[in-house]
Amino acid sequence: MVSPVQYVDTAALAVGDRLPDHAMGPLNRGTLALFAGASNDHVPLHIDSDFAKAAGMPDVFGHGMLSMAYLAQMITHWVPQERLRTWNVRFMAITPLYATVICRGEVTEIFTDNGERLARLSIGSWIDDATQTLGGEAIIALD
Amino acid sequence: MAIDRSHIGVVSEPREIDVEKGQLRFFAKATGEINPVYFDEEAARAAGHPTIPAPPTFLFSLQLGAPAKRGDIFDPENGIGVDVRRILHGEQRFTYHRPIYAGDRMTLTTTTTDIYDKKGGALEFITQKTQGVNAAGQLCVEMQVVTVVRNG
Repeated sequence: MVSPVQYVDTAALAVGDRLPDHAMGPLNRGTLALFAGASNDHVPLHIDSDFAKAAGMPDVFGHGMLSMAYLAQMITHWVPQERLRTWNVRFMAITPLYATVICRGEVTEIFTDNGERLARLSIGSWIDDATQTLGGEAIIALD
Repeated sequence: MAIDRSHIGVVSEPREIDVEKGQLRFFAKATGEINPVYFDEEAARAAGHPTIPAPPTFLFSLQLGAPAKRGDIFDPENGIGVDVRRILHGEQRFTYHRPIYAGDRMTLTTTTTDIYDKKGGALEFITQKTQGVNAAGQLCVEMQVVTVVRNG
């Protein structure tokens, strides 16, 4: 079987290199219902429109952790997961229903820590109208 | 309503949860995963894994599947008792030590490490750290969750 995932050659990575954009969606009610079940996140703001509206939201909206899972896919389609050392995001805006989530990343630093060669990535997700929804950093091992 | 700062330092009881292969496949399907390592055992083995690995954010789902009693954000009896309608996920961090695999029985322990406010108390922030340890006693993944509580 030919894998649909082709990892980058980390030996040749340089500051400024970009990860391939990873676009997922649009998010519909089914996407959110399935993710609620699969991720154990049953917070009704994401799956029950009546509850979301009663809480003052226009409608259900995407789980922050769904966008973070898409960011994880961007990284793990680029390098094997074992290379991922640590990463963090801030949740900056809500992902509304019907949004397409676009994940982007870029190498910002190559450095050595404890004898291990590492790269720092700036990562983030955006929705169609260019609102940034998540932003953060990841550290990956190069060797 | 200010959150009682005495919750800072509270450590949850340890909770056990099984990492189910079917749930990992469901997670892959629900997220539109195309990398077969996350849903096909043969592909996982070909990539050097003993079986299907848990994806990077999965400790968050394990924690939701085995919520703490002591220190739980929502639990008004044993925990902090925040209204679910007032919360937002503020920040999320993961740090990896070794992989989590389908079939692992994980033990989770959660510590409330900080509670602070901004904007004169209009926003409060609860920081919790969770460690996931496998049945061999090895620390696999740590995560930090910052939950934002909107007051007013």
